[in-house]
Amino acid sequence: MLAYILRRLLYAIPILIGVNLLTFALFFVVNTPDDMARLQLGAKHVTPEAIERWKVEHGYDKPLLLNAEASGSSQFTDTIFFKHSAAMFVFEFGKGDDGRDIGNEIRTRMGPSLAIALPVFVIGLLANISFALLMVFFRTSYLDLWGVVLCVVLMSISGLFYIIAGQYFIAKLWNLLPISGFAGGIDGLRFILLPVLVSVVAGIGSGSRWYRTIFLEEIGKDYVRTARAKGLSEVRVLFRHVLKNGMIPILTGAVVVLPLLFMGSLITESFFGIPGLGSYTIDAIQAQDFAVVRAMVFLGSFLYIVGLILTDVSYSLVDPRVRLQ
Amino acid sequence: MNSIQPVILWTDALIFALLAAVLALVWLIRRQEHLLAPWRVVAQRPMAMGSALVLGVFVVIGLLDSLHYRERLADSPADAPQYSVEVLSLFDALLSELRARPEKTYSAPLAMHLYAKEFVERDGATVRDYPRLQFGGAHLQHADARLPDIARRTLDGAMQGALAGLLLFAGLAGWQARRRQMTPGGWLATWSRGDLDWPGRTVVLVVAGMLMLTGVIVQLASGYHVLGTDKVGQDVLYISLKSIRTGLVIGTLTTLVTLPLAIGFGIAAGYFRGWVDDVIQYIYTVLNSIPGVLLIAAAVLIVQVYIESNPEQFDTAAARADIRLLALCLIMGVTSWTGLARLLRGESLKLRTLDYVEAARAFGVSNTRIISRHIFPNVFHLVLIAIVLDFSGLVLAEAVLSYVGVGVDPSMYSWGNMINGARLELAREPVVWWQLGAAFAFMFTLVLAANLFADSVRDAFDPRLGGRR
Repeated sequence: MLAYILRRLLYAIPILIGVNLLTFALFFVVNTPDDMARLQLGAKHVTPEAIERWKVEHGYDKPLLLNAEASGSSQFTDTIFFKHSAAMFVFEFGKGDDGRDIGNEIRTRMGPSLAIALPVFVIGLLANISFALLMVFFRTSYLDLWGVVLCVVLMSISGLFYIIAGQYFIAKLWNLLPISGFAGGIDGLRFILLPVLVSVVAGIGSGSRWYRTIFLEEIGKDYVRTARAKGLSEVRVLFRHVLKNGMIPILTGAVVVLPLLFMGSLITESFFGIPGLGSYTIDAIQAQDFAVVRAMVFLGSFLYIVGLILTDVSYSLVDPRVRLQ
Repeated sequence: MNSIQPVILWTDALIFALLAAVLALVWLIRRQEHLLAPWRVVAQRPMAMGSALVLGVFVVIGLLDSLHYRERLADSPADAPQYSVEVLSLFDALLSELRARPEKTYSAPLAMHLYAKEFVERDGATVRDYPRLQFGGAHLQHADARLPDIARRTLDGAMQGALAGLLLFAGLAGWQARRRQMTPGGWLATWSRGDLDWPGRTVVLVVAGMLMLTGVIVQLASGYHVLGTDKVGQDVLYISLKSIRTGLVIGTLTTLVTLPLAIGFGIAAGYFRGWVDDVIQYIYTVLNSIPGVLLIAAAVLIVQVYIESNPEQFDTAAARADIRLLALCLIMGVTSWTGLARLLRGESLKLRTLDYVEAARAFGVSNTRIISRHIFPNVFHLVLIAIVLDFSGLVLAEAVLSYVGVGVDPSMYSWGNMINGARLELAREPVVWWQLGAAFAFMFTLVLAANLFADSVRDAFDPRLGGRR
């Protein structure tokens, strides 16, 4: 087991290097630091001196890969690639355009992101599974048919609509919850309720329809017929057998996104004014703060790969048929 | 000299290339019974045909909106004609009435007064009141006449639509009865029982409903702004209709980028295995692991820089917006091919071990031939299902990306831009809801129709589902 995890970890390194090279190419080769400076400084009539100054301020005045002027090992270390791309491997993200340390920002903003993303994940999973089981229990009846139609209708509504409608009706018109904002501790609960509710409702259509297909696939299998032939009640078959086996694809699908919960949700956080990583990313995109965008790309890929490894491990834990080689 | 100059934007050319490809595919499928069979199943489903009709209307609007031209400036000399910088489309020409009647600012749907108060002259005195609109309800003498007028127009429009529907239906009944050698009455009886080999009742009802809706809208639009006006006084109905093309372009052209990547890489990885498989798997894990929005953001920023540093390549604002739309489709395609590729890889891995592929290889058939003759036809249903399932997701994604600021050009008509521009106006009193409502309603109609159609296609093509729904 340990050897397997270790090998998977080693396999992750080339992927992270690939991600790093790709972002390096996107941000420094296709889009040169001069372009960035011009975009940042805005006007078309920027002087070359202003561009140089901007590059020095942000540490982009070095050669890309090889510094011919330096000597020894600093030929490689005194370059943009080493300072800005390779440094990410030790989670050294540098400073954003506002002068704050990105690593520090990430650490303080993870909490609020998790405060929204974790309840959405857990409640959403429970709601989707219950709804799917309900449809499967009443399959081939009108309840199931209309349940599927409802799912398709819910899926077809833009996610932005749920947020705007939720904010307008629940917060503005009926004054039940605050429109946006965030606070720590138990006091923050009233700020969290609305975004969580909206996100769960927004995901219920596609989620429960997906789980319904999984359960229906299980229900067609031989062991279910055997269980019925033994005389087990439908409820017992559904909960003891179908749900348990159906949980294998569901759990492993959920494990992949588990680490990514740290990243938060871009849209939800920005609409509800939650100071998490999602709104940090959106602000960075809108302010064209390349250093932050690069850091978030690296962090996102890193967490995704952690998720992949966790998935493989969780397969072996929940499904005894899977053996890790 | 011509009074117009045709303009072919990049996306126009690609859309019509896509249309040609689809028509060629239809021609191919019609000749092959085994390819036609699943489509017959689709055609028999009321839900599929109903949603296909709605989709068809959207597609026709999108195609009309893709034939662009520039008008000649009236005062330019005949031997050296100059053309307006404004790029119009055939659809604009049809809607010229809607386009060319701006108000000052917001006005509610079917209103005759402006949303905001202004100083107006009345009986010689200046008072602060809601001014009358330039166009909306301008034919009315008094505000009391508005509701009866709206009711009359609605009724008129519905009647006209119903009449048109009835005429069409009569024509259909006569034609079908002649073809099947029945009396028209006999065909009607078969139709009302639903005993046709196509979902006749649904089709007739949907067409009649759409005709009546069109009638009502046309009648109302000749005297009012049906969906109100936006901040700069433009007709919201016009903006919403113009946004259809943007949504369709993103939904279809992105798939066009996805397909060659997904099919090529997916089948190659599954069929050749070994180091090819390793390399391709590595590429898609890397691409997959980068958060999609961020990759799109980076690419869109790059395109922006490119446009800003090469302004001489784009002679109109439309061309600039168009290249950004194309870039968005490209990058969304590059980020979204991985799912389908993984699916195709798995399927090809299975197929390559089957007897007939082994036999072909033993006979010395070349790899390209095996892939094109034996592997690709057997994974084609997966490709098709992926195309229709992805479409609606892409249309929805446009709105989100435009909100983040990395979507289509802000000057382009799109539902995402409509939502983005209007969402802050909910804080006003009274609420400006019509712009948001129109964008969401149009988007919902298109996505729902696409989803329902996609479901039917998947049910008909996916052999795993079998008889089960």
